[in-house]
Amino acid sequence: MNSQQIYYIFDLCKSPNLSLSLSFITMAKQHARWSPYDNNGGTCVAIAGADYCVIAADTRMSTGYSILSRDYSKICKLADKCMMASSGFQADVRALQKVLAARHLIYQHQHNKQMSCPAMGQLLSNTLYYKRFFPYYAFNVLGGLDNEGKGCVFTYDAVGSYERVGYSSQGSGSTLIMPFLDNQLKSPSPLLLPAQDAVTPLSESEAVDLVKTCFASATERDIYTGDRLEIVILNADGVRREEMELRKD
Amino acid sequence: MVVFLGFANLLLTISCNLIIYLFEQVMSMKFDTSGLESHHGMLFGARDELSSGLSAAPSFDIPNSNDFDCFQKEAIQMVKPAKGTTTLAFIFKEASQSVKKIIEINPYMLGTMAGGAADCQFWHRNLGIKCRLHELANKRRISVTGASKLLANILYNYRGMGLSVGTMIAGWDETGPGLYYVDSEGGRLKGTRFSVGSGSPYAYGVLDNGYRYDMSVEEAAELARRSIYHATFRDGASGGVASVYYVGPNGWKKLSGDDVAELHYSYYPVEPAVVEQEMVET
Repeated sequence: MNSQQIYYIFDLCKSPNLSLSLSFITMAKQHARWSPYDNNGGTCVAIAGADYCVIAADTRMSTGYSILSRDYSKICKLADKCMMASSGFQADVRALQKVLAARHLIYQHQHNKQMSCPAMGQLLSNTLYYKRFFPYYAFNVLGGLDNEGKGCVFTYDAVGSYERVGYSSQGSGSTLIMPFLDNQLKSPSPLLLPAQDAVTPLSESEAVDLVKTCFASATERDIYTGDRLEIVILNADGVRREEMELRKD
Repeated sequence: MVVFLGFANLLLTISCNLIIYLFEQVMSMKFDTSGLESHHGMLFGARDELSSGLSAAPSFDIPNSNDFDCFQKEAIQMVKPAKGTTTLAFIFKEASQSVKKIIEINPYMLGTMAGGAADCQFWHRNLGIKCRLHELANKRRISVTGASKLLANILYNYRGMGLSVGTMIAGWDETGPGLYYVDSEGGRLKGTRFSVGSGSPYAYGVLDNGYRYDMSVEEAAELARRSIYHATFRDGASGGVASVYYVGPNGWKKLSGDDVAELHYSYYPVEPAVVEQEMVET
């Protein structure tokens, strides 16, 4: 099943007529709870370096014990120097990506330039918060380069609280990966005074290797992570992609 | 007389707005997002379904559920907001002082953050916009009283909808230092010292014990830091970095930001343990 079909099914579920008829059917029986969310799993990681940014995610999409797709990209290009990786409910993620793409198009027409990564960061925060009472079930990391060409990573909760960090992990494997990254990279908090640079001291290739290692490990223990790893590297030269096969069981 | 007229006029507008507002709420569950509008005209006049959600005044999406409270309860469980905080602020002789999880509203005003991280972050950002607009419209900075009331009124509008905000607005205006406590239940209190968040009882213990009005900046900073440290020590949910800000007549200044794990060793230095019995080779 490809992503287009899945999105189409979600569109159907969202149509008011269907939900109306569903509630009509269930009215006769017990009160079936209206639950609009699903968790499709998946893990995202982003690491900011001095002049690069690495954004990575696996390509498995599941629901419960079933695998819906082994080849579903969770990474979305929002601007020239800005990538978003999202796990959670992929239908909500797609809706979110569409809103951001449309907002970015309007921005381009109004300002005649691409949105910067920090600006996109705040736009994403606001977009998530506008659905504060009916949240997007999406857990995002935003990676890119800021106006000085430094790597930047923004990490979010589902309702739009965000923070600029040196590295971050979100999704089903984040509980396995985050402590590992803390151990390997432990970047100083941006609140510290005197301020310390939050970017990781790693070189680009070291960071890519670290990402591969932590996904290989997370795949061993997290059933929602696996199949294939997609890595995007942003630097002054542009965008580069790498791939790695992961366990398929 | 003129003053009185102006006042009456104002009162009238306020009550009118309130009535219209209440009416709107009942009719369509629409929320006041006036501070968020971009005031940019649309590029083209089109108002189709796609653009209405993007370039028209944004409003909060409400789930199409017949039991909003129940849905909200479940949704909150799914997207648990980050919690576990200690914040405090107090006024003393020279200025006001506040600690940890601080949002810089403008160069003269700070807001502290306890409760739902996104709620605090978003509404403080919103308050920052409103304060700047006030500055541009009136050619003078907004008072702390005014700013805190703006926030309190917004939060009161959303009362009962599950927002979680506990904040202190600290700043310096024409009347000197100002400190207000504002929360999502609609409360707004003026005071000289407050502490908010899960670790606040512990922070209050140290703060009340050490507080004097005639403190120096260094003494006050140390008291604030020590109160937060002891709160993070006893409150399992609080921790991380303790930042200390100072708001004076020339705006705020960040005095320190310390990892509380390292602060521990300055309050409890490691003492060489006494060796009770030395192993001797026989």
